[in-house]
Amino acid sequence: MKVYIPTPLRSYTRKKAVIEAKGETVGELLAEMNRHYPGVRFRIVDEQDGIRRHIKIFVNDEQVPDLGTPVRPADTVHIVCALSGGVGFPPRHHRT
Amino acid sequence: MSDVTPVPAKGPVLLLIGTRKGAFFVRGDKTRRNWSLSGPVLLGHVAHHLVLDPRDGRTLLMAARTGHLGPTVFRSTDLGKRWKEAKRPPAFSKAPEGKRGLVLDHVFWLTPGHPEQPDVWYAGSSPQGLFHSTDGGRTWTGVAGFNNHPMREAWCGGAGDGTPDGPKLHSINIDPRDANHLYIAMSSGGVFESVDGGKDWRPLNQGCAADFLPTPDPEYGHDPHCVLLHPLMPDRLYQQNHCGIYRMDRSEGRWVRIGTAMPKRVGDIGFPLVLHPRDPDTLWVFPMDGTEVWPRTSPDGKPACYVTRDAGKTWKRLDEGLPGRAWFTVKRQAMAGDLHEPMGLYFGTTSGELWASRNGGTSWTCLASHLPEIYSVEAAELAK
Repeated sequence: MKVYIPTPLRSYTRKKAVIEAKGETVGELLAEMNRHYPGVRFRIVDEQDGIRRHIKIFVNDEQVPDLGTPVRPADTVHIVCALSGGVGFPPRHHRT
Repeated sequence: MSDVTPVPAKGPVLLLIGTRKGAFFVRGDKTRRNWSLSGPVLLGHVAHHLVLDPRDGRTLLMAARTGHLGPTVFRSTDLGKRWKEAKRPPAFSKAPEGKRGLVLDHVFWLTPGHPEQPDVWYAGSSPQGLFHSTDGGRTWTGVAGFNNHPMREAWCGGAGDGTPDGPKLHSINIDPRDANHLYIAMSSGGVFESVDGGKDWRPLNQGCAADFLPTPDPEYGHDPHCVLLHPLMPDRLYQQNHCGIYRMDRSEGRWVRIGTAMPKRVGDIGFPLVLHPRDPDTLWVFPMDGTEVWPRTSPDGKPACYVTRDAGKTWKRLDEGLPGRAWFTVKRQAMAGDLHEPMGLYFGTTSGELWASRNGGTSWTCLASHLPEIYSVEAAELAK
């Protein structure tokens, strides 16, 4: 399926804005992407497998809550860097 | 005290500047009169700390993060021209299913390992974590003896117990006599020591105040801002704490507040400490206003460095050349010294100015202005 890559992540995808990847869940898709583009997964997902605070993943038009969300070959995935700025929010240090 | 006093450096000096918007370099010739600014590199990254490996004189590590992409470490082996991200950056262990796991917000502090362990580095993080590399910063693993210590949560407290941009582990010091003897400090948490290479840790806070806590003399929970061990006298530690300036000689076993000799109108609160490389009795501090709501600017808006040359018995104000009034803060990693004689001192401000002294702080000149907010300054000696 097609995965659209935001500009801050293109240093990992060799400047590609759109890549092809496979998987039955979002987690498998990111693991496949990481095999081709090492390091990209940890920029999207933290060490507790949570999607980073300012990253959003959309499958078609739906924002996904976690890595277990199923995906199909005909889907289109958008990885989005959410608008953010300032230092108003305390960092989240724990994830369950 | 060690009988091998280092010979003063005579070559060029490279200042490594970490800022909120990337890294900059300021290179001085061997006279330290002529300086040139270069950068930014990795523009847009928050560069918390840049450190040159003194063991090879060419490997630079940078603790960095961006708002979207999270924390990492970059590495350069050509003095900052080209950078490559760590293949496996610092990260906490994945928690077992259903358990709460720590998420790294940023890598805050970098320390090269013992000279006998040439590729070893340590990193401290926010929230408080200790990480270790044995391949020159390419891959990192957590120091399980600290990160998974059964007392870690009690020592570190919750997310609200730290500094405004998150609790931090910093001031990683290695005993030059023993690579397994380590010190760390945490804001908050206190000072801790390991004598077995990081497998186990114990608090080292006796004598140090923590007047923001309800307990009168707690074992841990203190707020050290910067802790340094003197390489020529490794049983002597200095600490700039939230509650004053302290010295510990390990034979005495307690922190002694040496900031009480500072002028009362200035006080002894601040972030950075700089030690003299050849004199364990000499250190510099940069006091800030820690009264009431903690402005963290210089007391009365009058910036000054203070030096003691007798291990804290007396202090002297050094402000020639500094602005009469200014409202910046000097952060804990944003002041450094070189190895020349007389010693050069350097500090960066939250308002993006870089100041230098070629004479141990007696007089100051501004080397750069209009930089982004400065987070860290390190002075590296170059061979040529």
